[in-house]
Amino acid sequence: MDSYIPHTDEEIKEMLDVIGVKSVDELFSTIPSNKAINSLKISKGMDEFNVLSTLKKMASSNANADEYAYFLGAGIYHHVIPSAVNQIASRGDFYTAYTPYQAEVSQGTLQMLFEFQTMICELTGMGIANASMYDGASSLAEAVLMASRHTQKYKALISDTVHPEYIETVKTYVTGPQIKIEKIGHGPDGMVSIADLKAKIDDQTSCVVVQYPNFYGVIEDLKTIRELSKDLIFIVVTNPISLGVLEAPGKLGADIVVGDGQTLGIPMNFGGPSFGFFAIREDPKFVRTMPGRIIGETVDVDGKRGFVMTLQAREQHIRREKATSNICSNHALGTLYASIYMSLVGPNGLKEIGEHNYSKAHYLLDALESTHHFKKAFSGEFFNEFVVESDLDIQKFEKNLFKKRIIGPLVLPNVDRSSKGKLLFCATEANTSEEIDRLISVVEAM
Amino acid sequence: MKKYSKTHEWAELNGKIATIGISDHAQDQLGDVVYVNLPTVGKTVKAGEMLCSIESVKSASDVYAPVSGKIVEVNKNLETTPETVNKSAEKDGWIAKIEVSNPKEMDSLLDKAGYDKIASEKH
Repeated sequence: MDSYIPHTDEEIKEMLDVIGVKSVDELFSTIPSNKAINSLKISKGMDEFNVLSTLKKMASSNANADEYAYFLGAGIYHHVIPSAVNQIASRGDFYTAYTPYQAEVSQGTLQMLFEFQTMICELTGMGIANASMYDGASSLAEAVLMASRHTQKYKALISDTVHPEYIETVKTYVTGPQIKIEKIGHGPDGMVSIADLKAKIDDQTSCVVVQYPNFYGVIEDLKTIRELSKDLIFIVVTNPISLGVLEAPGKLGADIVVGDGQTLGIPMNFGGPSFGFFAIREDPKFVRTMPGRIIGETVDVDGKRGFVMTLQAREQHIRREKATSNICSNHALGTLYASIYMSLVGPNGLKEIGEHNYSKAHYLLDALESTHHFKKAFSGEFFNEFVVESDLDIQKFEKNLFKKRIIGPLVLPNVDRSSKGKLLFCATEANTSEEIDRLISVVEAM
Repeated sequence: MKKYSKTHEWAELNGKIATIGISDHAQDQLGDVVYVNLPTVGKTVKAGEMLCSIESVKSASDVYAPVSGKIVEVNKNLETTPETVNKSAEKDGWIAKIEVSNPKEMDSLLDKAGYDKIASEKH
C-alpha cells in the first residue's frame, strides 16, 4: 500500500469548505437517523484480528439461507448453485465486472457474452438478445421505452400482476418521455383480465406488459393475450428458470422478453446485484430501437472466427444525446455466472430443475391446505410460487417460523394493500421435504 | 430543378410534391450506408427539422427536411437495399416525398453551383 497516500486533515477541510459542509459526517446527513446503525461499538485501537472476530460475531446474528429453510421468493430466489460456477468464474482470465473499453482486444470476454446471448435466445425463444442490463426491473423499463420508440405511441398497458417494484421502476423511467402507464386488472384466477385488457387498448397504446409466471406465481395465458393485442408490442417479463418447463414466450408471440437473471446461478446477494436480460424477435428494423450492447460474430481478415460489438451506431459514444438508450454497458460478471451455470446444467438440467421447483411448490401447497389454515387464493396454475389466504395470526406465524429457523413467505399486504391476509409462498429445488414438514409442524402447533 | 441545402440534402419540386434525398457529396462523406431509418408517412415536418437518420459503417447522421410539408411517400426499397444511397444518392436513393406547404422555400435553397462551392470548401 505504499502508493496509497491518504488525504491530510488540511486537504479534507479545504474540500469541505469548498462545498460548504462542516464535517465528513455531514455528507451522510441524508441517511434517515432511524436507518443508521449506531450500535457498531468497536473500541478505538482494536487490532485487525479482533475487529474481524467482533464483526463476524455481529454478522452471525443475521439469518441466512444456508442455515434457515427459505420459503421467500417474490423476485429474488434461493436456488442450488453448483460449486463449479464460482470456481470457474473466479479464474483471472474470466473474472471481469465490465466489458472492456477496447472490447475487441478481449475476444474471450466477447465470446462469453456472445454465447450468453445465444443461450438467452434459446431459452426465451427469441431471435436477438443483448449482452445484459442492470436487473429485471430496469430491463422492463427499457422495454417499455423501446415500445414507444418503435411505435411512436405513448400509452403502456401493464398488468397489475407484474411485480409492484417493477411497475414502480417503469413509472420512474417513463417520466421523461411522458409515457402514460395504465394498469390492467386481474380475475379470480390471478391472471390478466382479458375483458379489462380489451377495454383499455386504444390507438395510442404502444405495448402490453405481462409477467410469466406473474407476481402471484400464476402462469399467464400468453397466446390469448398475444392474439388480442394484435399490432401492439407484446412485452413478457419472465423468470428464466421457469422456462425449463414452461413454453418459451417467443413461441407464444412475445415481441420483447425481459427478466432478472439471478435465478441462473447468482446468489441472492441481499437482493442484488444480479443482471437483466433483454431479448427481441428477429427483425432488422426492430433491433435498431433495442437498447444495450450487442456482441456479434464475424470473421477477421484471415477468415478466422471473431467477435465484435455490433450495431454501435445506436449507442451513446456515437449518437450522443440521440442515442437509442442511456445503457452503454452491461453486467458482464452476472452474465459470466449465468453463462457458466447454463452451460453446466444444460437444457436437460434446466428441465429437471424446473420440474423439481414445480413439484416442491405443489407439495408445499398440498401440505398447507391439509392443515385447513390455508386456502389457495387464485385458481390459475402456478410454477414455484403461489398465494394463499390464511386464518392464522400472520405476525405470530412469522415469529414461530423464525424460531424454528424458517424464513417464511412474503406477507403480501406489506407490498400490496389490497391483499389483506394473503401470503406468497415459494418453494424451489433448494427446499427439502424435511423443511416443508418442519414448516407444517409449526402450523400444527399454532 | 434540383436544389440543395447547406446541410447536404437535395429537393426537387414536381407540382406540389418535393422529392428529398442526400447529396452525392454527403453519401461519399458517410461511407457505406448500412441502414436508413425512414420517416413516417403522414407526418408533418418543418424545413430544417430532423427528417430521419442514416447509419453508415462510420456513424449515424441526421437528415434534415429542406422544405416544410407532409410526408406522402418514403422509399421502401432502402429498407432492404440501403446501399442504393451510395450508388445513386441523387436519383434511385431518394428518401421521401413531401407535399410542400410553402413552395417558396425552394427559392432559399442553393443551386448546384452554389452547393458545389460549399461542399468543396468544407474540407
